[in-house]
Amino acid sequence: MSDTPLPSVATTSVRDRPLPEAVRRLARRHHPRVYEALPWLLATAGYFAFPDYRQLGAQVFIAILFALATDLILGYAGVITLGQAAFFGSGAYFCGILSAHGWSEPLSLLIAGAAAAAAVGFLSGFVVLRTTGLTQLMLTLIVAVMLGEAANKATGLTGGANGLQGMEIAPIFGVFELDLYGRTAYCYCLVLLFLGWLAVRTLIYSPFGRSLTGIRESEARMRAIGSPVFRRRLTAYVISAALCGVAGALLAETTQLVALDTLSFERSGAVVIMLIIGGVGRLYGAFLGVPIYMILQDRFAQADPTYWYFWIGVFLLLIVLFARGGIIGLVERGARLIRPRRRSVSTPGSENIG
Amino acid sequence: MTDAVSAVVSIGFHGVAFAMVLYLISVGLGVTMGLMGFVNLAHGVFAAAGGYVMTTLFNDEGVPFPLAVAIAAILVGSVSIVLERALYRRFYGGDELDQVLLTIAIVFIAIAGAKYIWGSEQAPMHPPHYLAGQIELGGRDFPAYRTFIIGAGAVLVTLLWLGLDRTRLGAKIRAAVDNRRMAQSVGINTSGLFSFTFALGTGLAALGGALGAEILPVFPGYPLDNLIFFLIVVAVGGLGTIRGPFFAALLLGVADTAFKYLLPEFGSFFIYALTLVILLVRPRGLFGQIGRA
Repeated sequence: MSDTPLPSVATTSVRDRPLPEAVRRLARRHHPRVYEALPWLLATAGYFAFPDYRQLGAQVFIAILFALATDLILGYAGVITLGQAAFFGSGAYFCGILSAHGWSEPLSLLIAGAAAAAAVGFLSGFVVLRTTGLTQLMLTLIVAVMLGEAANKATGLTGGANGLQGMEIAPIFGVFELDLYGRTAYCYCLVLLFLGWLAVRTLIYSPFGRSLTGIRESEARMRAIGSPVFRRRLTAYVISAALCGVAGALLAETTQLVALDTLSFERSGAVVIMLIIGGVGRLYGAFLGVPIYMILQDRFAQADPTYWYFWIGVFLLLIVLFARGGIIGLVERGARLIRPRRRSVSTPGSENIG
Repeated sequence: MTDAVSAVVSIGFHGVAFAMVLYLISVGLGVTMGLMGFVNLAHGVFAAAGGYVMTTLFNDEGVPFPLAVAIAAILVGSVSIVLERALYRRFYGGDELDQVLLTIAIVFIAIAGAKYIWGSEQAPMHPPHYLAGQIELGGRDFPAYRTFIIGAGAVLVTLLWLGLDRTRLGAKIRAAVDNRRMAQSVGINTSGLFSFTFALGTGLAALGGALGAEILPVFPGYPLDNLIFFLIVVAVGGLGTIRGPFFAALLLGVADTAFKYLLPEFGSFFIYALTLVILLVRPRGLFGQIGRA
């Protein structure tokens, strides 16, 4: 896919004859579909249906935002990363440190967190994106664990192993106080998740997003048609990092605590697991994978506190053996079973992406 | 002056012992990744299994130490063939993310399994009486067991390298690592070779885990906690080489021991920084021949 905007392709051929079906599909692929309202309706309903779980709900939204941002580089730019916590943690810590020093306005703190994470993403992206394969995976991992060690050591700034305490967060817009019951936190996180989703959605359907997919599918061809591969990847990396930073800052603000686990390998691993469960490189993978994983983990941990790892492991094994492409892949195959005579351009909205 | 000398000797000694363990565990990982292009995050499971089997046999069943180590290696190697045939094989040449998820699932199940069978505590490791205490070498005292690890490691590494250089099987493995399709075309059964190499790698990992139980304590979280070290050895050494990881392990073992001795409060920070710099300068590792995993 080139950088030429799609409409111009359409206008040249529209004069002579009707557009082929595939082109028309491509041209309207970014149009919102009815089912896309579903997660937001569910989330709004959840506020009223489960008042006791609003704090947890806010955490789930943060995790979804984190996963959504991660998918940008894992699923779209095709970088196998085990170090996304580097950005999540930098966002959380920067926001937390500022707020502990008396800067309490929440929205500007989010921006600060995003900026810090973007800076880390820019610096590490320069290094990480020059490599491939195992080396790349190692570098993402090492950046995160290095930051973790640094945060652990810099106790004066970060509180070290005790976590960063003493954060003060002012009411949002000076009106909505972050209360104990998570009413504000739930809405606040939901709104930011929505904005983040809107940004990611716009991005992946834009020519820029298409060129990212192109790079993932065949780097050599994209180079051959003159796409600035490294710059595109770096841009995606920085955007993803900034969004991860927002997620981290949100966690810091809503829990008023930043601990070392925001930078941990477990967090980097978990977000990748959640994405694979949902479906990598699919806009809604994060929306399915994160709640499923978090709910299962919660249930298993309650039912069997000692061996819940076992059940999570078995679940992941089942996913990887019988549901490649994650839950979304499974749903699509199911849909194809029901309607097998569909024409081969494949399901709308999924060509080349998945 | 004598203090500095003894510090250097001590760091070198413990570093080399650590390096031997790291190499034995990681060499199989490098081969699996290089040969099959498989991202195996579960490799530490085999090392931990080796440590558990050995300590159980040696401590509880009274099996002699060398026999316990040998049984652990052979048992883990054989069991791993089943795992390779049943699970790993399906994902060769597939999506790397599927491999990541598969091996993480194996790690989770293994951690829970280890907890169930052996409990959350660290498996107790006391060297056999004839390897306990100190021995004197060149006017200095060294822990006997670590001296034994260095010696045993050197012998095993020599055997491994000789085997790969001088035997027909070794030639086949080298051929398959260099160019799998060509090896297939000239009639090498690469599928069987994969299973054998996998078992060899996990067997060596079990050996490393068993011998090194005193340096890298065996507990349920072992496969996850030490994963970064094993990956660093492979990435710095380079994929598709047998010797590369050895020098990477030496570097890592000695450097880690030195940093922990000189600057203990910084933990593993400098090791990570060192790895970062090496991978920056040589993205394929020090001796890497395969560019892409």
